[in-house]
Amino acid sequence: MEEALSEIKGTEARYSFFRQAVQRLWDTRSARIGLFIVAFFVILAIVVPLVFPYDPKVDSNLSMKLKPPSWEHPFGTDHLGRDVLVRVVHGAPISLRVGLAAVAFGLLVGTFLGMIAGFFRGALDSLIMRLMDIMLAFPATLLAIAIVAMRGPGLNNTMFAIGIVSVPGYARIARAAVLALQEREYVSAARAIGAKPMRVLFRHILPNGISPLVVQATLNLATAVLEAAALGFLGLGAQPPQPEWGAMLSDSYKFLTIGAWWPVLFPGLAIMLTVLGFNLLGDGLRDALDPRMIVKSRYF
Amino acid sequence: MLSYIIRRILSLIPVLIGVSIIVFLFIHMIPGDPVLAILGERATVENVERARHELGLDRPLWEQYFLYVNKIFHGDLGRSIRSNTPVSQEMATKFPATVELSLFAMLIALIIGIPAGIISAAKRNSIFDTTVMIGALIGVSMPIFWLGLMLAFLFSIFLKWLPFSGRLDPTIILPVKTNLLLLDSLIAGNWVAFKNSLAHLILPSLALSTIPMAIIARMTRSCLLEELGQDYIRTARAKGLKENKVLLRHALKNAFLPVVTTIGLQAGTLLSGAILTETIFSWPGIGRWIYMAIQSRDYPIVQGAALLITLIYVFVNLLVDISYAFLDPRIRYQ
Repeated sequence: MEEALSEIKGTEARYSFFRQAVQRLWDTRSARIGLFIVAFFVILAIVVPLVFPYDPKVDSNLSMKLKPPSWEHPFGTDHLGRDVLVRVVHGAPISLRVGLAAVAFGLLVGTFLGMIAGFFRGALDSLIMRLMDIMLAFPATLLAIAIVAMRGPGLNNTMFAIGIVSVPGYARIARAAVLALQEREYVSAARAIGAKPMRVLFRHILPNGISPLVVQATLNLATAVLEAAALGFLGLGAQPPQPEWGAMLSDSYKFLTIGAWWPVLFPGLAIMLTVLGFNLLGDGLRDALDPRMIVKSRYF
Repeated sequence: MLSYIIRRILSLIPVLIGVSIIVFLFIHMIPGDPVLAILGERATVENVERARHELGLDRPLWEQYFLYVNKIFHGDLGRSIRSNTPVSQEMATKFPATVELSLFAMLIALIIGIPAGIISAAKRNSIFDTTVMIGALIGVSMPIFWLGLMLAFLFSIFLKWLPFSGRLDPTIILPVKTNLLLLDSLIAGNWVAFKNSLAHLILPSLALSTIPMAIIARMTRSCLLEELGQDYIRTARAKGLKENKVLLRHALKNAFLPVVTTIGLQAGTLLSGAILTETIFSWPGIGRWIYMAIQSRDYPIVQGAALLITLIYVFVNLLVDISYAFLDPRIRYQ
């Protein structure tokens, strides 16, 4: 009897949506690789500053400037004699912080606006969604650049600008989710027992409509890291001597003409790998959270 | 069809008004006094007051906005603070360089992206398919300014095959008519200038083409695969059609609609200024112009260029929508 019960329990567990999604994510090789890459950079970003503190202001050794990769400096040194590997590693927390902050801003503001628009409809819906249409009329990178150019360079303005340009994407997805879910029986039931609108919205509708938002946020992390690097490269993001990957490229690319490729190659590879990780994970999540889209081994 | 186009254009009016308000507000987003930010802390009181008056910042906000819109309708986007030339005039000299670069980049993206997507779909899960899809994924994950730098290092600095910066060697004299140098050199029958400007065009357009190429390849593949699973394809195969015909005549025709949209949207993005690519390759187009304006805090240029670029972007998107409705009658009756 007990055996039969545990079998039934096992079956139930296998069929729970979350377990299934995690299993599907793990079964997709590309998503697994994405997860490993992201985990690698996250661990790097958390552990390295704790174990090897780094002060970019005092890091300079002109006698060692522009040395090619060697055993001592595996990624070589830059024009101020700084170890490129050390700076690339210490750039991870900056890029991830910018990405996470920008995505968190966009996700919170966009989801809130989209849900309010979809739930209350009417004039509020029209007003919010027209505003989103107007923001979408701008090319995203241009809008981010213009905002930072006006507000002044720096990491905080970079996060703000990248976050702002991602708001309409989340708002549209959240609104669509609310429109689809608010006719469900459990929402009517919540209303019938007297739940207030905000409770219905955030306790009943939001948890059930969160999957597409999670996917969008993961893919958006990739875009945010790329945009932060672009702003850093244009001198609008992190300011020297901070070891931000885009700013490092901007500092070093002048030295390509004298053959110093290493201070340009490695920060760029770090950006590419991080973005690739988020893209693979985001694609995998999309497939895992949407059972209709199960396509195993999309890229491999 | 006409009513669809009219409806679509009318729906743009509130968007355009909103865009003009946001661009207008750009200058008010500058922390502190925008005039001091433009002129620097050492500016004299008279200069500050004069600049404030010239920029119209001494009027109420609503009046400033209506003045701004009025000027836009008269083709006046303000004057550059540094050079004092009209923004619209400077823009007209920069735009052809961006058009030439974008069109060439799009050409490369189409020539490689579409066949790669078709072959990938036809040989699904083959080594070719896997390679193309990994390549496409890396393509969208790469910072294009970094790719541009690496290409420049390899082909210009290390191998010395192609020039690194600019549009034409300064030693070559070419009468400028359209400012599209390939076209100008053809008009003038100057083959040396043609070859030289083509050589200058290759690296920046190759770097710029990466993202559209990757997106077009992925889109072509996925749309084609979707069509290949349809019943009419099975019918076509069952009646004994060769696989090539099934693929190119039947499936591709129907799969092409979303691909056309993607191409249009990517063209809009390219035309709206490749700020990073143009900056790296010192390409004298709109993107580099904006970058220089940001560096020198020439805000009227940033404002004017952002407005015009957004208008181009909106207009290209409109054309894409119209072409979509033209190709698929179901859209226009919705």
